[in-house]
Amino acid sequence: MAAAAAGPGPGSGPGDSPEGPEAEAPERRRKAHGMLKLYYGLSEGETAGRPPGSDPLDPTDLNGAHFDPEVYLDKLRRECPLAQLMDSETDMVRQIRALDSDMQTLVYENYNKFISATDTIRKMKNDFRKMEDEMDRLATNMAVITDFSARISATLQDRHERITKLAGVHALLRKLQFLFELPSRLTKCVELGAYGQAVRYQGRARAVLQQYQHLPSFRAIQDDCQVITARLAQQLRQRFREGGSGAPEQAECVELLLALGEPAEELCDEFLAHARGRLEAELRSLEAELGPSPPAPDVLEFTDHGGSGFVGGLCQVASAYQELFAAQGPAGAEKLAAFARELGGRYFALVERRLAQEQGSGDNSLLVRALDRFHRRLRAPGALLAAAGLAEAATEIVERVARERLGHHLQGLRAAFLGCLTDVRQALAAPRLAGKEGPGLAELLANVASSILSHIKASLAAVHLFTAKEVSFSNKPYFRGEFCSQGVREGLIVGFIRSMCQTAQSFCDSPGEKGGATPPALLLLLSRLCLDYETATVSYVLTLTDEQFLVQDQSPVTPVSTLCAEARETARRLLTHYVKVQGLVISQMLRKSVETRDWLSTLEPRNVRAVMKRVVEDTTAIDVQVGLLYEEGVRKAQSSDSSKRTFSVYSSSRQQGRYAPSYTPSAPMDTNLLSNIQKLFSERIDVFSPVEFNKVSVLTGIIKISLKTLLECVRLRTFGRFGLQQVQVDCHFLQLYLWRFVADEELVHLLLDEVVASAALRCPDPVPMEPSVVEVICERG
Amino acid sequence: MEDDAPVIYGLEFQARALTPQTAETDAIRFLVGTQSLKYDNQIHIIDFDDENNMINKNVLLHQVGEIWHISTSPADGGVLATCYNKPSDSKVLTCATVWRMPKELEPGSHESPDDSSSTAHTLELLCHLDNTAHGSMACVTWEPTGDGKKVISLADNHILLWDLQESSSQAVLASSASLEGKGQLKFTSGRWSPHHTGTQVATANDTTIRGWDTRSMSQIYCIENAHGQLVRDLDFNPNRQYYLASCGDDCKVKFWDTRNVTEPVKTLEEHSHWVWNVRYNHSHDQLVLTGSSDSRVILSNMVSISSEPFGHLVDDDDLSDQEERRPEEKSQEPPQDSVIATYEEHEDSVYAVDWSSADPWLFASLSYDGRLVINRVPRALKYHILL
Repeated sequence: MAAAAAGPGPGSGPGDSPEGPEAEAPERRRKAHGMLKLYYGLSEGETAGRPPGSDPLDPTDLNGAHFDPEVYLDKLRRECPLAQLMDSETDMVRQIRALDSDMQTLVYENYNKFISATDTIRKMKNDFRKMEDEMDRLATNMAVITDFSARISATLQDRHERITKLAGVHALLRKLQFLFELPSRLTKCVELGAYGQAVRYQGRARAVLQQYQHLPSFRAIQDDCQVITARLAQQLRQRFREGGSGAPEQAECVELLLALGEPAEELCDEFLAHARGRLEAELRSLEAELGPSPPAPDVLEFTDHGGSGFVGGLCQVASAYQELFAAQGPAGAEKLAAFARELGGRYFALVERRLAQEQGSGDNSLLVRALDRFHRRLRAPGALLAAAGLAEAATEIVERVARERLGHHLQGLRAAFLGCLTDVRQALAAPRLAGKEGPGLAELLANVASSILSHIKASLAAVHLFTAKEVSFSNKPYFRGEFCSQGVREGLIVGFIRSMCQTAQSFCDSPGEKGGATPPALLLLLSRLCLDYETATVSYVLTLTDEQFLVQDQSPVTPVSTLCAEARETARRLLTHYVKVQGLVISQMLRKSVETRDWLSTLEPRNVRAVMKRVVEDTTAIDVQVGLLYEEGVRKAQSSDSSKRTFSVYSSSRQQGRYAPSYTPSAPMDTNLLSNIQKLFSERIDVFSPVEFNKVSVLTGIIKISLKTLLECVRLRTFGRFGLQQVQVDCHFLQLYLWRFVADEELVHLLLDEVVASAALRCPDPVPMEPSVVEVICERG
Repeated sequence: MEDDAPVIYGLEFQARALTPQTAETDAIRFLVGTQSLKYDNQIHIIDFDDENNMINKNVLLHQVGEIWHISTSPADGGVLATCYNKPSDSKVLTCATVWRMPKELEPGSHESPDDSSSTAHTLELLCHLDNTAHGSMACVTWEPTGDGKKVISLADNHILLWDLQESSSQAVLASSASLEGKGQLKFTSGRWSPHHTGTQVATANDTTIRGWDTRSMSQIYCIENAHGQLVRDLDFNPNRQYYLASCGDDCKVKFWDTRNVTEPVKTLEEHSHWVWNVRYNHSHDQLVLTGSSDSRVILSNMVSISSEPFGHLVDDDDLSDQEERRPEEKSQEPPQDSVIATYEEHEDSVYAVDWSSADPWLFASLSYDGRLVINRVPRALKYHILL
């Protein structure tokens, strides 16, 4: 076997790596193996490895299978010389000897092994025989054991069954005992007030009793139990109805009742009814606080009460309800929601009534804190009762209150503005009574402006509380967006500025017929106030608002420019109205003076008429008044000292030159032509034209109105010679004093020229006074 | 457009008095009275030839004094009344007289050739309205629909109703009333309402407008403080019997409903100085003409308070054929009151404006410097109103 196993390895050729322990002489080993192979009938040719070049069929190959000694010898003899033959012969002999010794060694080696193998096998044979005997013995023993075991178990079987049965009976008996004892136990529990225990017992027994109720004994027990249970239920209900013991105990009662299998719906209703009773009591106490007679506690206290009393109660009810009646499904939830809605609604109504009482007060911080508490308290039930929408309703109330506060502040601002105006009126009226200088207009203006501004700031600060970070509702979308932009900015600030403009404008409209209702100084002051608003205050206030109320809302807001334009328009109208009123005052004086005088039979003028002096005085007063509030303005370039001279020239030479032709009798055409030509070169004078915001423009307006009136009045009268001369004197006097007030003194010249010219036309005997005399009279007067 | 250009006529004297010839409905004719203290005053009869855009004038001498007011009889084209100042040394008294113009100048008589324009005619005196007991005559106004027999004159604080008898040759004071009160009350202006069968007259004194019943000569309404200052003129809406326009020194024109006089129906504030004259168009009462001492004449379209507040329904049909479905809707739009035009041809205060009695689209205005301007309503507006 070993040779067969080793055969293929050495047969793989001399190039193969040696295998096994015999690798020291591969060549020799191979030869030996080859021989063994031969011995075992394996052809040399079947081995794979063979020295290359050697033909296996070569009959001359000494190691080949087809070696033919005759051919080999022939070949040797033929091919080799003698010497070589000799060598081959020795070599051959040597090889043969080596082979022989090898053979001997192999035989010896394998012989020993074989011997020991034979011994071993023999020994094994003996051992196995012994073992077989042992096994046989074991088998028989086992059989005996099995047999015994079967016999034992057969004997024990019967007894085991009986034990099991007995154990079952024991358990049953204990149950039965419990059942029989149940009524008394229940009674005891009920007596002790351990309702929970009782309900648990009852729950355990109920199913069994239900099952075996056809048996009379069980039936009796069941009946007893039912009676007791009914009593128990009754007692529970009693306790439940008595209420008072607080929501948690009630909840417990309800839980037990539910466990007793009382109808859930009914319980649910009853539960809610009880809860309602309690909450209504809370509401009543709140209402009592509201009551008109006792001094209402402050709003913070009120909302605290409401929060802890009513809202807390509602929370408890809601959570208990949701725990107890979870099985009721959506219908139950709906019931709770409706319940909460109704009571919540009543609560809100109360809160709103209370908050309405608060509208009058000025303190915002308390109100905001109260609202904050109110809102915060309602968050919890809001989460519990999302369906009832309490949180939304609460937010709505807060929003409404915030809106109302805005309205209140707007009213407050308006009232403050009107108050300022009244103060100003009084201040304006006072100095005349006291006869001494009151506060100047500029001072009054500053007072009014600062007072209004401080009111605005106070309002803003008060309203700002609503958006404070720590207030729970300040992050609601309304307070982040609409409240800031529409409410505060538009409603409060823009609304106030608009209403201020309107109030101011109403001074232009309403008393216009009578004239005197509004003191002109007030008009002037308001006009300046509005102008200041246009230039600075509006944008300042709006910027302030925007900064304080980081307006995030995208809704369109009134731009500053629009508001400024409105303020400017108001200022302009007020100033124009001021001009009209003052112009009218002077006009009336002039008109009366012209209309009431008999110009035909007047005496030669000795003096300037007093009314003209009055006109100049009044104009100066107006100039001072306007100068307090408005800047000087631009005049047409004309140095002041030259003006007087210009006028002298005008009154002597130009006036002469201009009127001379019309005084002398000439063709009537000339007069007409002259006056027409004169007009061609003068610009049309717009009498009641809008004024600009400066002193000169205002005064120009007033003087224009006055002089135009004088002109029209003069045209309606007929003058005697001295009448004409008086007009001449008066006009010269006016000329002397009025030029300094107007933007373009040419205007005064023109109008006065026209007055004198018209008077000359209206005079059948126009003999003008000598200019020098006119001047003398004027200078004297 | 050539037709729309104003026609200007210059008088040699100052003038305040202007009237259309009321009885004349064919020819366009205005009468202007001059004011001169030194020369003989005149009445210019201005005939306007619409087709040739030309003016013919005839001059009547009015030697008794300067004319403050002039009015014509609604029945007789040849009869007119003037209020004038008699020249006197010591005092001024305004008298009123009814005149008849010479036959050849009466409207309709085309016998007189144009060459007569150079020669001055004289007026035939019919009668004086005797005012010695009553003071200065402010104005004379004729019964608008009557036969030219009834005249009301305002003298200081008296309102006098005259009957003209025997072809106007005699004036009999039929009745009178006077205004009592503190101070010197003086009527400034008066108009005879064309409604109520000529029984109502409105007068103005100071800031007050009063209505009078001519039968009893008693006051029927009073608008206190109608204007902030003096009321200068009045006019009745020819189509709406209770509507009255007034104007005054507060630069405003106000429209009143005499049934409710607490508030004006409408106020216009377009002029920049006293408004001396206000006149409704005789046919289309939305057209209101005002003249002011700011030298402007303003023509306003007061649609909203006119007798045709929505215009003619047809006008939308004609204007927009495609939108025939919605003419009613469009006509429901509130009409806009607006200033149609401001006429600035005058250089001096305009003391009188009036519509022609013959052509409803034509009006004249007179300024103190003697310039008479004849204007037309803008053509576009005319067609808009007509169509």
